[in-house]
This record gives sequence, C-alpha cells and structure tokens, in this order.
Amino acid sequence: MNIQDYKITQISVFIENKKGRFYNVTKTMKDAGVNIRAMSLADTMDFGILRFVVDKPKEAYDALMDSDFIIKKNEVLAIAVKDESGGLSELLNTISNLDLNIEYMYTFVNALENKAVMLFKFEEIDEAIEKLLTANEELLKEEFFRKI
Amino acid sequence: MFWNKDRETMSRKEIENLQVELLKEKIEYAYNNVPFYKKKFDDFGIDKSSIKTIEDIRKLPFTTKNDFRDNYPFGLFATDMKQIVRIHSSSGTTGKPTVVGYTKNDLETWTNLIARIAKAAGVTDEDIVHIAFGYGLFTGGFGLHYGLEKIGAAIVPASSGNTKRQIMLIKDYGATVLVCTPSYALHIAEVAKESGIDIEKDLKLRIGMFGAEPWSDQMRKKIEAELNIKAYDNYGLSEIMGPGFSGECEEQNGMHIAEDNFIAEIINPETDKPVKEGEYGELVITTLTKEALPVFRYRTRDITKISTKPCSCGRTLAKMSKPIGRTDDMLIIRGVNVFPSQIEEVLFNIEGISPHYQIVVDRKGALDVATVMVEANANLFFDEMKKQKQFLDNINYELKSALGIDVSVKLVEPHSIERSMGKAKRIIDNRKF
Ligand SMILES: [Zn+2]
Repeated sequence: MNIQDYKITQISVFIENKKGRFYNVTKTMKDAGVNIRAMSLADTMDFGILRFVVDKPKEAYDALMDSDFIIKKNEVLAIAVKDESGGLSELLNTISNLDLNIEYMYTFVNALENKAVMLFKFEEIDEAIEKLLTANEELLKEEFFRKI
Repeated sequence: MFWNKDRETMSRKEIENLQVELLKEKIEYAYNNVPFYKKKFDDFGIDKSSIKTIEDIRKLPFTTKNDFRDNYPFGLFATDMKQIVRIHSSSGTTGKPTVVGYTKNDLETWTNLIARIAKAAGVTDEDIVHIAFGYGLFTGGFGLHYGLEKIGAAIVPASSGNTKRQIMLIKDYGATVLVCTPSYALHIAEVAKESGIDIEKDLKLRIGMFGAEPWSDQMRKKIEAELNIKAYDNYGLSEIMGPGFSGECEEQNGMHIAEDNFIAEIINPETDKPVKEGEYGELVITTLTKEALPVFRYRTRDITKISTKPCSCGRTLAKMSKPIGRTDDMLIIRGVNVFPSQIEEVLFNIEGISPHYQIVVDRKGALDVATVMVEANANLFFDEMKKQKQFLDNINYELKSALGIDVSVKLVEPHSIERSMGKAKRIIDNRKF
C-alpha cells in the first residue's frame, strides 16, 4: 500500500462576502475545464472559505492563481460511510478511538451506491491513513476523483 | 554630507539671534506690503519693536488656510506680479485652491533648501534621480527637481502615472534615487514584483526621498526591505514654500528644520498655547526669508513634536518627528482621538500583511463603528476557520490595546482597495454630523 495514493488535493479559496464572488470562483474553474467534485463553504458575516476537490487539481490551482484569488492547497482524506442511520456516528466514534484530530469535514454526495463519502481534514494525515486502514475503514484513492 | 555647513551647524544662540532679526525685518516688510497683515498687526498692536526674544513671536496672530482662501488668488502677495516668477497651488479638493507665488530669490532659496535635504539623505552628483511626483501645480515635482539638479545629480523627471513604464525607466536608466510619496514607493515595489523584476539584481536604487504624506517607521522598514534602499522622510507644505522645510539626516530619526529660514512652534491645537519641548502638538510655521509670500504663524494642522537635542550628524538645527496625523485627520471615534498612523503601526507589525489598508467609520444607531479593511494574501489566509478567526481576533486585540477602543479588522480581496498615485486615501468617514 502506498499512503500517497489516499491523499486527496483540496483547494481552499478566500472569498469576501460580496455578491458574485462565489460565482467568479466557479466560473474560473469552468473556464479552465475543471470539474468540481465536492465542495463546502464555511462563512462568517465578513468572509468565507470555499473548499473543494476537483478532477484536475493542478489546472484548478493555476487558473485561480492567475485570476489573483487567495488560495491554499491542502490534503484531505475521503472516507466511505454506510448510507444508513448511525453510519456517520460509527465512523466518528472510530476516529475518536484512534485518537485522530479532525480539523474539519464535509460531505461528498452521490459518489458511491449505498454509501456516502465524507471528506476529512486531519491534523496528521499520514498517521490518519495508517490507522484508518488498519481499522478497515474504506478510504478512496485520489484517482477516484479524477474519473467519476 | 552638508550643503550649507555654516548655516546647518550654528549654535542654538546664533540661530535664535538670526531668527529674531529676520522676524523683525519680515514684520516690517509685510506691514508695508500686504494690506491683510497691516490690518492684522494694527489690530494686535504689533510692530517690529514688539519682538525682543524668540518667545515674542507668540504675540503675533495666526494665519490659517482660510486666510489664503479669503485673499484668493493673490491677496497675500507682498510683491507685484512683475517680481513673481512662479505660481503653485494646492489641489483644492475642498473649495478654492491655495495659491502661492515665488520671486527669483524665493526659488533660489527653495532650491538650496532642497539641496540641503538631499545632501543630508546622502544624495551626490553621481546619482541618477527618478522623480515620480506629479509635475505641475503641486510643489513636490518642481521643488525636488531644481534642488536635486543643483547638487549635480542627473534628473529623470518621470512625473506621475503609468507605474509599469516608471519601473521600466527606473531599470533602464539605472536610477539610484527615487523621489515620490511613500505609498507610491510601495506600489512601485508591488508592481515591479508582479512584473517579474528582481529588485536587488535588476534595479540600482539606493536612496528614497519620500514625502507629501504621513508614513510610519514600520512603513519605512517595509519600503526599505522591499526596494532594498534607505528611505528618508522630508516635510514641507506649499503655503510656506513646499518641500524643503525639513528633512532627515543619516540618523533617520527626525527631520532637521531649516531654522535659518523658518521658525517652528508646537502648540496645543485646542488651547493655542505652546507645549513643552518634546510634546506632541500642532506645528505652526513662520517664514523668515520669503519675499513673494511672507507667512506668519501658519497653522499647518500637522501633529508632531520638536527636539533641539544635538544630533550625531553634527547639525544643530532642531528636529521634528514624523507627523503622526493631522488635526483634521484626527478621527474621534466614540469620543476617543484616533490617528490613522496608530492603526498603521499595529498593522505593519503583523508579519506578511499587505501595505494597503483603509479605515471605514460608520454610525450604527448612536454608536460609531470603525472597520479596518486589509487586503488578504496567502500569508493571512488560513484554510481553517478557527485559525482564521483567531488571527483576526489577535489583530483586533492589538488594535484595542493601541487605541483604547474596539476596531475590527476585515480582510478584503486583493486589489480591492483603491491604489493612489499621490496621497493614499486611508479614511472613509461615512458618518453624518
Ligand atoms: Zn542629524
């Protein structure tokens, strides 16, 4: 197993809470021929942090850079969750037992049949991959996001 | 390096004696040549015999910007137009512009005073000087131009506008000295970087002479680091001549005042009484050598302090600190006096912060709300909400400690704060009084 395979590139963009800014980001991606796979928006009154996983991270990064957006590149994990009640809480329980710290997480819908996919940002990604695989959790590989 | 060593190193006693003599002469000169002063001096019962010591200057009435407006355009001139060889005026964003005139001798004096501050900053006849001040009615461009030419430097009178082209000229002509406003210097650095210029390798700049707007020591450090130069401050205003009133020496710790041409006082702007040496107050200037437009006790509205302590450079001329604000820029937020420079100081202490900021004051209900807009950049952006909030809370905390009131920081997108070619617009006050 190569733990690098499970690291999924996530791009975060700073956006001011102003009309049209969200649209500008998605338009920049579209113009660059990039498809957004999963996305989350954390926002306050003043600003927002838009995070997403795409099929072509490099192209997305360059296009946003060229358009003067403020961005950060990060690595997250995609974990499959049973699409039934209690599925997520079971997973969170496992993570807690493994003593892993989550910085944030968000859902990725319609990814697999009968399963939901959650994206997690862990403090220590390498440790998280090893422990979760040992605990028999289903981690999705990066290539999965390139193809869907 | 000195330009008029004798004049710049007189003893304090000699300076005062000279000032008293020149002041008496000018009182008589203005009385005889400017009806406005004749009336004022008569009203105050003043003539040259009223002046025995330098403190006696306090008997004279103040002159304000309104006096210039009331006597628009040439009412305060002491000579007829035949002797006037140059006119400059302020931008006049509010009301009529302030008009100033110069005789041949006045221009000669001005040129020498600029040569003095340029020498004090280390400029020599070997330098190539790029002047990015607007040439025109504004005193900055022409003022610096003739003084620098006088010492034998090669002048590139680029004037303002088209930053990319300015950078090309600085690079191709090998400018070693840059003259402009401090905020424009930062803008040049920013645009140069964006256009892929390696400032250390591609440019030969070594000295910056910046003025025409207030700037903090943090901003100096930033400019010096970004442009790889030594940045010197100088001060002046068109009403009393233009730049050249004072300028920094190599110590970069206060601007030596041309006290053989001016008398500088610091007063409390509320009570009009003098403050103790070293205390902040409003700078009041009297011209001692101007022919076309003698001015007595001009209220500059700039807040600064003056020290007559000896300087390591050997000059005995008093030094004024960087103005920390203007009496009319002073924001009163929830009853507390706030100067934009205090906010700037906090911001520029933050690692990686963008030099572009703006202070917006609104009134919500009965409460003043001040927001500091800062352009975000990768250094200030954390992908985690908790860290991002923490970062902003820290700045808010620093601002509160410095100002004594709550001011909140808001990150805005890059380039969303308007860039200025001249003075940066730092304050937007939306309150209706
Ligand atoms: Zn000195």
